[in-house]
Amino acid sequence: MKPGLKRGIASHQIFWPLIGLALLLLFNFVFTKDFFLLEMKDGHLYGSLIDILNRASVLMLLTIGMTLVIASGGIDISVGSIMAIASSSIAMLLSGKMVDVNGAQQFVSNISLGSALLLTLGFALILGLWNGVLVSYFGLQAIVATLILLVAGRGIAQLITSGNVITVYHERFFYIGGGFLFGFPVSIFIVGAVFALTMMCVKKTPFGLFLETVGINRVAARFSGINVPLITLICYSISGLCAGIAGILMTSEVRSSDPNTMGSFIELDAILAFAIAGNSMAGGKFSLGASMVGALIIQTIRTTIYSRGVAPEIMLVVNAVIVIIICSLQSERVKTTIAKMQLKLGKA
Amino acid sequence: MRIRIKSKYTSLVITIGIFVALLVIGSFVYDNFFGAQNIVNLLIDNSFLIIVALGETLVIISGGIDLSVGSIIAFVSMLTAYLLTTLHYNPILVMLIAIAVGGVVGLLHGILITYFNVQPFIATLAGMFLTRGLSYVISTDTISISNPLFVAISEYRIPFLFDSFLSIGVIITLFMLLVFIYIAHYTRFGRAIYAIGSYEQSARLMGLPVNRTKVLVYVLSGLTSSIGGLVFSFYMLSGYGSHATGLELDAIAGTVVGGTLMTGGVGFVVGTVFGVLIEGTIQTFINFQGNLNSWWTRIAIAVLLLIFIGVQRILMAKREQKKSVKRVETIERAAGAD
Amino acid sequence: MNDNNELLVMRNITKHFPGVVALSNVTLRLKQGEIHGIVGENGAGKSTLIKVLTGAESLESGEIFLSGKGIEPKSPHHAQLLGISTVYQEVNLCPHLSVAENIFIGRQPMKNGHIDWKEINKRSEEALARLNIKVDVTSTLDEYSVAIQQMVAISRALDTSARVLILDEPTSSLDKYEASNLFAVMRKLRSEGIGIVFISHFIDQIYNITDRITILRNGECVGTFETSGLPRGQLVAKMIGRELQDFESWVGAKKAKSETESSVTKTFYCGKQLGRKGMIDPVDISIAKGEVMGLAGLLGSGRTETARLIFGVDKADSGKSYIEDREVTINSPQDAVRLGMGFCPENRKSESIIADLTVRENIILALQAKKGLTQSVPRRVQEETATKFIALLNISTPGCEQLVKNLSGGNQQKVIIARWLATEPSLLILDEPTRGIDVGAKAEIQTIIVNLAKEGMAVLFISSELEEMVRCCERVTVYRDKKTIGELGKGEISEQGIMHTISGGHSGLAVGTNEP
Repeated sequence: MKPGLKRGIASHQIFWPLIGLALLLLFNFVFTKDFFLLEMKDGHLYGSLIDILNRASVLMLLTIGMTLVIASGGIDISVGSIMAIASSSIAMLLSGKMVDVNGAQQFVSNISLGSALLLTLGFALILGLWNGVLVSYFGLQAIVATLILLVAGRGIAQLITSGNVITVYHERFFYIGGGFLFGFPVSIFIVGAVFALTMMCVKKTPFGLFLETVGINRVAARFSGINVPLITLICYSISGLCAGIAGILMTSEVRSSDPNTMGSFIELDAILAFAIAGNSMAGGKFSLGASMVGALIIQTIRTTIYSRGVAPEIMLVVNAVIVIIICSLQSERVKTTIAKMQLKLGKA
Repeated sequence: MRIRIKSKYTSLVITIGIFVALLVIGSFVYDNFFGAQNIVNLLIDNSFLIIVALGETLVIISGGIDLSVGSIIAFVSMLTAYLLTTLHYNPILVMLIAIAVGGVVGLLHGILITYFNVQPFIATLAGMFLTRGLSYVISTDTISISNPLFVAISEYRIPFLFDSFLSIGVIITLFMLLVFIYIAHYTRFGRAIYAIGSYEQSARLMGLPVNRTKVLVYVLSGLTSSIGGLVFSFYMLSGYGSHATGLELDAIAGTVVGGTLMTGGVGFVVGTVFGVLIEGTIQTFINFQGNLNSWWTRIAIAVLLLIFIGVQRILMAKREQKKSVKRVETIERAAGAD
Repeated sequence: MNDNNELLVMRNITKHFPGVVALSNVTLRLKQGEIHGIVGENGAGKSTLIKVLTGAESLESGEIFLSGKGIEPKSPHHAQLLGISTVYQEVNLCPHLSVAENIFIGRQPMKNGHIDWKEINKRSEEALARLNIKVDVTSTLDEYSVAIQQMVAISRALDTSARVLILDEPTSSLDKYEASNLFAVMRKLRSEGIGIVFISHFIDQIYNITDRITILRNGECVGTFETSGLPRGQLVAKMIGRELQDFESWVGAKKAKSETESSVTKTFYCGKQLGRKGMIDPVDISIAKGEVMGLAGLLGSGRTETARLIFGVDKADSGKSYIEDREVTINSPQDAVRLGMGFCPENRKSESIIADLTVRENIILALQAKKGLTQSVPRRVQEETATKFIALLNISTPGCEQLVKNLSGGNQQKVIIARWLATEPSLLILDEPTRGIDVGAKAEIQTIIVNLAKEGMAVLFISSELEEMVRCCERVTVYRDKKTIGELGKGEISEQGIMHTISGGHSGLAVGTNEP
C-alpha cells in the first residue's frame, strides 16, 4: 500500500473543523427555533447565521494574523492591545465638530476618513513591525517580546484618549461596522478581502512556502538560502495590521472606543481558534481556511450558549475545557497512544 | 576574584538600587513621600501582588510561566465572599477551602504541562479562562464580605516604626517571603527548580526528579495565588469576577524587573519583592503627580520591562558568544555521531 | 570466569534499531586502574555501546558485569548509583548553578532540615582538589571554561563513588594545555584504581594516554589491543576496514609530485586562511571548475567545519574568500546561494529535509529562495523541474506530491541533491552524501557526482569512505585534528595513500610513535 497517496477529502486539514462546525449548526437546527431563518428587511439580510458571521469577523481577522505568527514558530499576545490602540487612534482622529450646513447641524471631522484610516492602519503596522524586530533581529522570545506591547498597549490606548471613552460621530465611518453591501454586512466583505489577500500572499507567492519551511525546520530553511528573519518580521507585521483592522471594525460597530476594555483577552480566543482548526502550536504547516472555520466554531458556540439561555460566563469555562481537550489531543503522549491503538486494530 | 562573586548578584543589586533611587528621588520631588506610612502603604497595597509574584517567580525560574494567577485571586475572592455571605460557612473553613482551590488548579496545570506536554503558556491560559469563568458563574455582581472575622482581620493594624501601621496582609506577605527564601535556597526541591530551569536535560541526567518537581512548582504557584486571593479578600472585603484583571502581567513584570530571567535558571525571590515595589513606587509617583494619569504606569512598567529584558538579552548574547562556538560544534557533533 | 582485575565486562552485546543493527556481539573488558580507549568511525557503534552501558538505551541481549556482579542499568541515574558515571562532550551540568552546587545537586547534605551550604562548598573544594583544581566554587559554572566544567563533571562523578568513568570525546573543546591537564588527572585516577573508558577520534591522544584500545567497526568489535603493540597504520586500517600494503612504491610516487600541477584547471573558489577560533585552524583551500575535490580525514578532523565556513553557515573570523579571483563576503547561506553555491549538509534530517513538505516543494526550495519573495517559480515550472530531477537522479517516489518524510534515506538524499542542482550552482558542496544509504543508491550518487564535474561544475566532496573518495576525486586534501595536513594530487589518490597521510605518514608528526 503506497503510503501517503490516499489524499481524499478527509486528509485536508479543514475537514474535521468543518465537521465540527456542521455538528454545531445541526444542533442549533434541531434545538434552536428559527436558527436558519433568514429575513430580508430594507434590503438587508438578518438572521442568526448572519449574526454569527458578523460577530465572528473581528475574531477571524485576528486569527489570520495569529495563524501566520504561530506557524512561524512564535506567538503574538499583543493583538488585543494593538486593537485597543487602533480603536483609540481612529476615534480620536475622527473627532471634529458640529457645523451648520444648510440650516441643519452636521458632524464634520477634522481630517478626512481616508486619512484617518490610513494613519491608523499605518500605526498598527508599525506596532507589528516593532514586535517583529524584537523577535527576528534581537532574538527575544516571542512571548516575552509581545508581552511588552501587551502591557504597554493598553496604557498607550488610554493615553491617546486621555482615559475617556470616546464616542464617534462620523456617519460614513459607521458603514464599515454597521453597513450592508448586497444585503450582507460589510464586515463580512472586509474579512473576506483580508482573507483573500492573505491567501494570495501565502499561495501565490513564495511566502507561504518559506513560512512553512521556517516553522518546520528553521535550520534547514536558513541552509536553503531563505531569509528567515525577514519572513518572521512579515508575519508579525501582518498580525499587527490585522489587529488594526479589527480595532477599526469594532470601533465602527459600537460607535465608540473604550481603551480600558477593548480587545481584552481576545488574543486568547484567537489562539483557541487556531488550535481548534487543527493547526500545530509548534508551527509549520497551517491552514488559513481551517483557522477561519475555527473562529466560526468559537462564535457559533458562543451564540448557541446565549440562545440556550445559559449564562454567558459559561463561555469562559467552555473555552477552557475545549483548549485543554484539544491541546491534550495534540500532545505526543496521546498521539503515540492513538498510533499504538491503530496498530493493534490494524493487526487484528 | 571579588568581581566574580558579585556577578551572580548583580541583577539583584541593580534592582534594589533602582528602588532606593526611586524613593530618594520621590522624597525630593514630592512632600510627604518619604513618610513612614507612605512606604508601608506600598507594602499594604501590594501585599497580594507580592505573594502571587513569589509563586510566579519560582515557576519562571523553572522555565515555565503561570498566567492564571490573577484569575485565581478573583475566583478565591468570589468563592470566599459567596461561602461567607450567601452560605454563611465558618470563616476558618472558608479560608482552608480557598487555599485548597489554588492547589487543585495548580495541580491541573502541572499535570497538563508535565504529562501531556502542553506548553505552560497554553495550560495556564486555560486555567485562567476556567477560574475566571467559574467566578462569573458564581455571580456576575460583586458580593461584599461582612463576616466579622474577615472584617476584623482587614481592619487590624499593627503598630510599626515611626508611627506607621502594618496590616495583617503585610505580615502574611513577609511570612511568605521567608518561606519562599527557605524553599528556593535551602531545600532540594527549590534547587531542583533552578537546575531544571537552567538545563532540563542535564537535570534529568543528573537524576533529579524533574517531573515531580515541575508538577509541584505549579501546585505551589496555585497555592500562593489562592493565599494572595485571601489577602486580597481581606483588603477589598468583596468578591468580584473582574477583580485582579491583568494582575498576572504585573506579577510577571515584577519578576522580570526583579532580575529573574524569562529563560529560567536564574532569579531571586527577594528581587521579585523589590520588582513589585518598584512598580508600586511608580504608581505612587503617578498618584502624587496628580495630573498624570494611571495609564502612564502601564507604559512606564512596559518601558522598564523592555529595558530589563533588553539588558538581559545583551548580557546573555555576550556570554553565549564566548561559549557558543565551542558549544554549537560539540552539540552538532553529538547529533551527527551514530 | 572473571579476572580478579576485571572491573567491567560487557559481553556479547547486541542492539537493534528499526532497520539497523547498531551492535553485534560486542565485548568490552575494562580492568581496574586502566585507561581503555574506544575508537571507531561514524556508525561504528561507540555511542550505542555507551548508551547501553549507562542505561540510556535498554539492554537487548548480552550481559554486563561490574566487579563480577551482573547488572542492568535502567537509566543514567541508575548507572550512576551503580558506580558508572559519564562525562559527555557537551558537559551535562547546569550552567546557571554554582560549581559547588553542580557537584552536589540532588544529594545536598542537609543540616536541621535545610541545605548545608558551608558543607557543600567545603566538600566541593576537596573534591576538586583531588583533581588538583582550585577555583571559587561559589561562582556560577558558565563563568568557567569548558575544560574546568569538565573537571567539575568529573568531580561529581567521583564524588558519587564512580568506579567506572566514561569520558565521551572529552577533548573536542579543549586546547593542547587543557588536554594535558585532563590527561594528568586521568593518570592520577588510574593510579587510584578507577577504570576509565576514553572515547576519542584524536589518534595522537589515543596513543598518548590509553593502555588498551578496543576498535569498533560497523557495529562489530574488531578487537582489543595493547596500545603499545599496535602500530598507527594498523589502527587506522582496522578502523576503516582496509589492509595496508607496502608503501615503498607509493612513497616514490609522492616524491615525484609537482607542486603546481593543479593550476591547469580554472579555479572557481579560493579561500585563504579561513578559520574560526574553536572550530578550525586557518586553512587554504581552492576548488576548480570541472573537478571533484575531496576532503578526507577522520570524523571531527575539521572537514565539515571548513565547508560550513565556505558556505557562510558559520562566520569566519580570519581569512578571505574569492570567487573567480574576485573577493567576496559570505556571511550567510543566502549570500553563498546568490554567488552560485550549494550545500548538502551532513545531517539530512536536522539540516536539510523539510519532512512535512512534498518532494516538489523540497526540490524547488533553494531555487525559489534564490529568486526571493518577489519572483515566484510557477507551479508548472515547479512540477517540470521536480519531474526532471526525479528522472535524472532516479528518485523512487510515487510522484512529486509525495511527502518527503515517506521516502527512504537514499531517496531523501537525492531530493536534497536535486534541490541544489535546480539552482544550477557553480560549486556544489556535498558533506557525507552517501551516509546511511544502501549500496545501489550509493553508486548512483557517486556517478552523479562525477558527471557533474565532467559537465563543468566545481564539486567539494567530503566523505569518510575512502573507496568513494578514490573513485570520485581528482584531488584530495587530508585533514587531521582540525587542520589540513596534506594534499594528494591526481596520481597519488588511493586508499592506502589517504590512510597513510591521515595516520601521520611522512607528514612529520612524531608524537606517539609506532611508525612501521
